[in-house]
Amino acid sequence: MSGCKECKSCPATRESTLKNADYTIALAGNANVGKSVIFNQLTGVDQIIGNWPGKTVERAEGLLLHAGKRIRVIDLPGIYSFSTYSMEELVSRDFIALEHPDAVINVIDASALERNLFFSIQLLELAPPMMIAVNQIDLAEKKGITIDTGKLSTLLGVPVVPTVAIRGKGIPALTNAITGLMQGHTVPPVLRYGKEIEERIGKIISLLGMVTTRYPVRWTAIKLLERDPVITQIVREQDPGIVETAGVLAGEIESIHGEPVCVVMSAERYQVADRIAAEVISLRAPGEGPQKKSLTDKLDAVALHPVLGYLAVIAVIGGLLVWTFLVGALVSAFLSGFLSQFEQYRPVISGPLMDILLNGAFTGFVAGITLVVPYVLPFYLLLAVMEDSGYLTRISVMLDRGMHKLGLHGKAIIPLILGYGCNVPAIYSCRIMETPKQKTLAAFLVTLVPCTARTVVILGLVAAFVNIWWALALYAFDILLIIVAGRIAFKTMPGESVGLIMEMPDYHVPSLSVVLKQTWARTKSLIWIVFPAYIIGSAIIQAFYAAGLLTPVNDLLAPVTVLWLGLPALVGITLIFGIVRKEMTILTLAVLFHTTNFAAIMSPVQLVVLALVSMLYIPCISVILVLGSEFGWKKALAISASEIVMAIAVGGIAFRLLSLVM
Amino acid sequence: MAQEQVEEYLEAIYDLESRNGSAKTTAIAKCMKVAPASVTEVLKSLSDKGFVQYEPYRGATLTEEGKKIADTIKRKHRLLEVFLTDVVKLNQEKVHDQACRMEHTISEETEDALCRMLDAPAHCPHGSPISPCNKGVGSCAECNSAGKTDMPVAIRDKKIIPITDLDLEQKSRIAFIRGDCKVVQRLSDLGLTLGTTVSLLKKTPMGGPVEILVRRTKLAIDHAIAENIFIESPGPGET
Repeated sequence: MSGCKECKSCPATRESTLKNADYTIALAGNANVGKSVIFNQLTGVDQIIGNWPGKTVERAEGLLLHAGKRIRVIDLPGIYSFSTYSMEELVSRDFIALEHPDAVINVIDASALERNLFFSIQLLELAPPMMIAVNQIDLAEKKGITIDTGKLSTLLGVPVVPTVAIRGKGIPALTNAITGLMQGHTVPPVLRYGKEIEERIGKIISLLGMVTTRYPVRWTAIKLLERDPVITQIVREQDPGIVETAGVLAGEIESIHGEPVCVVMSAERYQVADRIAAEVISLRAPGEGPQKKSLTDKLDAVALHPVLGYLAVIAVIGGLLVWTFLVGALVSAFLSGFLSQFEQYRPVISGPLMDILLNGAFTGFVAGITLVVPYVLPFYLLLAVMEDSGYLTRISVMLDRGMHKLGLHGKAIIPLILGYGCNVPAIYSCRIMETPKQKTLAAFLVTLVPCTARTVVILGLVAAFVNIWWALALYAFDILLIIVAGRIAFKTMPGESVGLIMEMPDYHVPSLSVVLKQTWARTKSLIWIVFPAYIIGSAIIQAFYAAGLLTPVNDLLAPVTVLWLGLPALVGITLIFGIVRKEMTILTLAVLFHTTNFAAIMSPVQLVVLALVSMLYIPCISVILVLGSEFGWKKALAISASEIVMAIAVGGIAFRLLSLVM
Repeated sequence: MAQEQVEEYLEAIYDLESRNGSAKTTAIAKCMKVAPASVTEVLKSLSDKGFVQYEPYRGATLTEEGKKIADTIKRKHRLLEVFLTDVVKLNQEKVHDQACRMEHTISEETEDALCRMLDAPAHCPHGSPISPCNKGVGSCAECNSAGKTDMPVAIRDKKIIPITDLDLEQKSRIAFIRGDCKVVQRLSDLGLTLGTTVSLLKKTPMGGPVEILVRRTKLAIDHAIAENIFIESPGPGET
């Protein structure tokens, strides 16, 4: 799970494509083959990461300058096939077939040639100008696999370049080959399947003469034979007769093989892939004596151990959080001390409107800086290291069973952990889930994960003035609540869930460029969404404040805050401010009460209840924006409304129960 | 002895054997609610028929032949339980007893039809696994199309087991994948086509995902999906 394939950043409103490019090329291939590393090597820092129009699928593009030409490079999602299993597959095949990139570079993993060639074969059917980069050729050599790239090139009829992208090996050869390909290419020979398949493909091709689709003819014929729903629909609109004939032919194949035709085709493709692989691979016989266990096997003996594995998960995630907050608190204190030299960042509530707004904007800016730099950035950096090393997939495996209870599977642990940093990139990362139901469900649960801003509130109110155990109890309660809410949402939401099927990459030393890119991609969304929301929101609230709307708002909220939650009336406005920035709750409290010793103004019960309500009542405005852009406003509002109701209900109950024990 | 009685005994022995390693006379008697003396009678007769191996005082174990019959009955029983629960919506408490009586009377054809109608369930309502059928098919889709055309399907000649039952590091070939087309398609796209050699690398506790090796790739697969991937049972000593 390396690289940018599932990093998620940038608002949809940004420019989503590069202008003035002379050529467009695309990178295609399986996940975990180093595609993103090659993308980074080719394009440098100038990347745009966004969504495919109207789809919850990530689109990454960058610019390659070579021989005086501006080449737009599109990194397609990592996929295994061109069926209609996922949106990623549809997006990729439509891009290649319909937007006619000037070249497609198929990145394949030298260590798993058969599975990668299975995809290459399908790419060849789409017939773009194509070449292959056999990546991680050094790792394959270590495993005793040598690949004759020259022979592979002859067999497939496309240029083949061996690369070790992580060390930049083969990249110059690759760029040269790309230029060569754009200047002209020969049409590679067609890879033939079994006789009974080819006969039927031939029949369908002969019928397709009068039909015009924007896809290659042979590919269209194969897809018709496979009963591909999308292609079938397109052809049916023009000539329903062909679809009927193709259906009959597919039925014949099914009765010969006794398998659904799409499965027969997969088996056929694998036969071709196996045959080619067998011709180009030479295996070095393993040495004498017992096979030495690989490093991955040794590490997995611990990471996937029934007891040690869970301890490792707890130690790693727990350590990650604790370390982030211990170090983060120090850096944050230093930064806010430093920035306060420039301007006092306590709210200014009198004077000219412009001053008030500017001061508000500045406090928002400071808050953003003191949150992102010390907490989120290091957290995401460490997480990217874990991710690129391959350990995160092991966490997914270990926690898969538990995630089932929430209607999700192991992969969903990634958005949930990201949520502890900031919910915004975490919600973008829900794109890695397969079905729309699982994406929405994961995003909903992410909004319940206490992000750094909420953690600051919990630490600042409860850990500082009650004790650390109550703060930890709040965290534990939150996890419990995620489980309960997850179960309820899972049962009530329509749609399908699929189980985990995930590749397990070998461990490797994380690549600095991939880790930095991944961290940047995630943190970037904070800059584009969270920062503006902080700055504008803070300015507006400051104006509100100056306009004397404080008391009316507090009075309006009093029935809830005072009667039901048992909090002081002044707290009302802090909860409203918290919608913009959760950690602003504390800042506002300090200003309103003219003290930072909250124990003097609120009882322990009140502190715990306030922290609990702040933790739950609504994701902040940035999160609502992202939910809206990813899942639609209806879902965003439904999630926000249900969380307000839940927070108030839970807060009131907690107030009554805690009053009995504290 | 009536066929129904034979089947009931084989079933009881099957349960006791999988729980305790062998079925003692007293345990069978308790289970069947009869006197131990009559159990001894029956066991002798079953032993004569070649269904069980019986040693006085040590108890009975099923022979291959007996196990086959017990397997089929168990499969029918659990399929019927799913049917009675999900389709007929019978009261939970009555499901087991009803299935116990019906299991002896339904034909193989009915068993197949039930399996198809219920979309080849993997577990009974109580969570026990339903073994795959003994047809020589590679996937449920194949059985479905055979069902539509009334095509006779050969009996599978090799014994198959779910991949989750392999020992670690053991290898075998994929024989049958149970489940809907989408999952089968996904698995075959990742290289799990029929006849491909796979090996089990790791299991995780409490029914977590299993890790398998196929075509030089390691995959983590949800336990419930893996349970529906059946492979040829490797013979002893074959690793």
